Amino acid sequence: MRHALSIEPTPTSIPRAADQANIPSPPYLEIRDLWKSYGDFTALRDISLDIGKGEFVCFLGPSGCGKTTLLRAIAGLDLQSHGMIRQGGRDISILPASKRDYGIVFQSYALFPNLTIEQNIAFGLENTGRPKAEVAGRVAELLETVGLPAQAKKYPAQLSGGQQQRIALARAIAISPGLLLLDEPLSALDAKVRVHLRHEIKALQRKLGVTTIMVTHDQEEALAMADRIVVMNHGVIEQVGSPTEIYRHPTTLFVADFIGETNKFPARVLPDGQVEIGHSAFSCPTDGLAAGDAATAVVRPVDIIPHGADAHAVHSLDRPATPQNLIDAQVHEMEFLGMFWRTRLSAPRLGDQALVADFSVNAVRRLRIETGGVIQVEIPRERLLLYPRGA
Amino acid sequence: MSLAIDYAPPGKRLRQQTSRDDRVKLGFMAVIGLYLIVALGAPLFVMLSKSLSTYRFDLAAFEFQVSDETGKTWADAVTAEALNRDLGVVTEKDLATNSDGRLAATKFFPEFNFRSPVHYRIRGTADGAAFLVGSTLEKGIEWREYDSATFRRVVLRPASTFGIENFKTYFSTPALARSIYNSVLMASISTVVTVSIAFALAYALTRSCMPLKGLFRGILTIPILVPSLLPGIALVYLFGNQGVFKDWLLGYSIYGPIGIVIGSVFFTLPHAFLIILTALSVADARHYEAAASLKASKWRTFTTVTVPGARYGLVSAAFVVFTLVITDFGLPKVIGGQYGMLAVDIYKQVIGQQNFEMGAVVSVILLVPAVLAFVVDRRMQKRQVALLSARAVPYAPKPSGRRDSLCFAFSCLVSLFVLGMIAMCQIAALVKFWPYDLTLTTKNFAFDLMDGGGWAAYANSIKLALLTAIFGSVIVFAGAYMVEKADGFRLGRGVFHFLAMMPMAVPGMVLGLAYIFFFNNPANPLSSIYGTMTILVVCTVTHFYTVAHLTALTALKQMDPEFESVGASLKQPFHRLFFRVTLPVCLPAILNIGIYLFVNAMTTVSAVVFLYSTDTKLASVAVLNMDDAGDIAPAAAMGMMIFYTNVVAKLLHAAVSRGLLTRTQAWR
Ligand SMILES: Nc1ncnc2c1ncn2[C@@H]1O[C@H](COP(=O)(O)OP(=O)(O)O)[C@@H](O)[C@H]1O
Ligand SMILES: [Mg+2]
Repeated sequence: MRHALSIEPTPTSIPRAADQANIPSPPYLEIRDLWKSYGDFTALRDISLDIGKGEFVCFLGPSGCGKTTLLRAIAGLDLQSHGMIRQGGRDISILPASKRDYGIVFQSYALFPNLTIEQNIAFGLENTGRPKAEVAGRVAELLETVGLPAQAKKYPAQLSGGQQQRIALARAIAISPGLLLLDEPLSALDAKVRVHLRHEIKALQRKLGVTTIMVTHDQEEALAMADRIVVMNHGVIEQVGSPTEIYRHPTTLFVADFIGETNKFPARVLPDGQVEIGHSAFSCPTDGLAAGDAATAVVRPVDIIPHGADAHAVHSLDRPATPQNLIDAQVHEMEFLGMFWRTRLSAPRLGDQALVADFSVNAVRRLRIETGGVIQVEIPRERLLLYPRGA
Repeated sequence: MSLAIDYAPPGKRLRQQTSRDDRVKLGFMAVIGLYLIVALGAPLFVMLSKSLSTYRFDLAAFEFQVSDETGKTWADAVTAEALNRDLGVVTEKDLATNSDGRLAATKFFPEFNFRSPVHYRIRGTADGAAFLVGSTLEKGIEWREYDSATFRRVVLRPASTFGIENFKTYFSTPALARSIYNSVLMASISTVVTVSIAFALAYALTRSCMPLKGLFRGILTIPILVPSLLPGIALVYLFGNQGVFKDWLLGYSIYGPIGIVIGSVFFTLPHAFLIILTALSVADARHYEAAASLKASKWRTFTTVTVPGARYGLVSAAFVVFTLVITDFGLPKVIGGQYGMLAVDIYKQVIGQQNFEMGAVVSVILLVPAVLAFVVDRRMQKRQVALLSARAVPYAPKPSGRRDSLCFAFSCLVSLFVLGMIAMCQIAALVKFWPYDLTLTTKNFAFDLMDGGGWAAYANSIKLALLTAIFGSVIVFAGAYMVEKADGFRLGRGVFHFLAMMPMAVPGMVLGLAYIFFFNNPANPLSSIYGTMTILVVCTVTHFYTVAHLTALTALKQMDPEFESVGASLKQPFHRLFFRVTLPVCLPAILNIGIYLFVNAMTTVSAVVFLYSTDTKLASVAVLNMDDAGDIAPAAAMGMMIFYTNVVAKLLHAAVSRGLLTRTQAWR
């Protein structure tokens, strides 16, 4: 899955990511050359990754890409086949789970059904030589922290899903672990509860300053919560970076496609440094590609500018005075999505493929864009991303 | 083009550092695995090898020398074979023997006189040749010299060879081989009848709105609580030579196939009924709604929705019934008359004729259908899982006058059959002499006046049932926990699970005989448990291991697999999680295992009939022996004692379960 354009998921990619996330050196968690196979099937392939102390990192990728497998390797629940993991300077590669230092929360909550909320949270605190009063105090404090002080005597089945997940969280942080692992903690919840809990988890993480890894297949969740996102696919790391970086500068077609919406066009690099899409040439950065190379051109719907509108003033700052890549397009369909209009355009210069563009409500009103009308749109040069074909 | 690196790096796969928990779990698994090997694997293996062992006196292997009257001058050495050729004292047929065979050396010396001063020498011509002097075993090719008085006590021992001779003998003895046909026939007929009735009953309970469903359900499970001997006894009273309904049989005798089939239907009905009931209970209402919206006729709905939905249940029930009938010993023993059945043949060969090798041969033959049925059934069950996991909407039947009254009438009829059999035994136990003298009496309960073990046997049975329930639950649950929750040791867990599934395919008679071979061998350090209560407990736990194991496994599988992960992340030892969470959550299942083992220990005859001693006679065996001795009324009385005990145990179990549930499982 690697090619010339991608940032290798090897230490070389780390300094760049580290600059943006301000990872203090040395990293708190280091993963080196990690592989995991189930029989003939390779679930993780040559994973290397550094995570700084106090960071909130999301593993993001489609279902089955190996996120959980990587998380469980870090937890010592499913040992990797090869590779090294170091936490806080200690080599934990082959330590059993019980000798590592982490708290974990699962999608299923995994609360003990026969124990009360209180007993669930206290489970990791008892049996450690702490006096009873101290344990009770800590439990009360944790219940306060997760906002459920009145539920101590209830059983898990008597709480809602969101409440149960908070208890699971409280149980995990009760032992003050150095690392908090969350495996799709919000996936089983209703959309509304999910968004709410998202903020709470993030706030809690900030307050405790605990290094956190969360697995999710929901890009919105990852973009909203993470300091850094690790995008995975088919057992490899595709890209590591801050949410904006991942969104703005996807280094592989997979990442571009997986995060946000995209228009994709087959393209070919021309000798003059332009690219041919459909029947015409477009101006576009072609680093790393040679003339004649087949490529896929990608542009996000939000990046397409209706001509004449200066609604995207921020972007227009770094745009050449004369717009490039201007094309005529006919509006086929318009769909009002509340914050913006999603339009389907057809442009003769792009061939017979439809172009999806999102226009602000403002721009639509000002430019009188309507179904059936013909407008000029610009595909900004620096927003047109190019990836080698087949990657 | 992902032609990138696609191979793992060189070097060995990492192995996790073992924790204390892992070692403790491994230790546990080894202990329980060892238990299953000792209690099941090894005895079966020994039995298998016995069935292939043939014993024969090898006359060429012994040489004699005889002195003159002075005891100093010796004649030429001569083999026993040569002597026999001249004398013909031992015929070819006498040479074939069993493992206990003995042949007096003096047979080859017609002029032998134990007072004579003549001395004898004997040696083997090969290392294996063995002979006894009194009870001392001698072996080898050294000459040994004895005076006449001692030589009188020299007996030759047979040589053992490995081969299928025993099987040849079996199949060339029509009386024996015919039992295969008989057993398969009886099992097949009983299966068809039982499964049909059970299906109709389960249908009535799930698809009609008839009244008294709970009561019918209770009545239909009664046969589980009595030994399979009991329906035999009831049939003797009802249709036997003095039976009130003897005429109903139109001159046919109840002793034989008719009795076997009726009795088999009685004692296998609850098993088939419960399996099919479960299968029908998970039916999906949406299928019925679809059928109704398609205006399908009732018959069409029945054949296209109801029957296919219960398909796996029906097949599973059929296999269970077939196996139960073909492996059952108690019923054909009581009611089978001269009709040969495999399980009874084992008993006759071993107890009647002391022919252990032939008993082993019949056992191996009986293993074949039982193992086959087991394997096929397991295959089918695997496929059913997908069917059950679909998200179904429970079906609620709507009232329908005709169907409901038909279902009600049929359920009444079958209930009458079940209750009638039990009532017959109850009456027989309480009256002086059915059907001629109906004055009430307690004399049939004076067990101490009869052979069979008396009240002590009843006490022993209770002791056995309690010990089996307690130790069995512990062993089974611990074993299932290891299979389900120990990570790693994939191979060990697989082998363990296989061993745990095996008892289901091993008929009780086979297990019992295997125990004789394995434990009644002085060379076995465990032989000291032979004839004690311990061996009865071990045997009974093993005999009923599989169902208990599956119950425990199901309960454990319903728990979130991440509990263990959470426990480890909280740095808690596994036993803390086990005792605080796993055990309490699974307590209802454990209690179910306990009562299952208790009831079966009370009623079982087949395995223990070979293993009890004078100190450990059992109630169920007493029923058998009293019936054998003609004390049929006391046998019925003892059978009823077993029934009462099981009813009480069931009620206690229900009360305890409920109590525990409300106290410790408030969360449910
Ligand atoms: N115990 C296992 N045996 C075989 N394959 C497994 C096992 N666990 C996971 N896999 C496979 O590894 C891949 C990654 O799984 P996982 O890490 O759970 O994906 P996800 O990214 O959705 O969390 C999947 O294709 C899955 O089928
Ligand atoms: Mg996952």
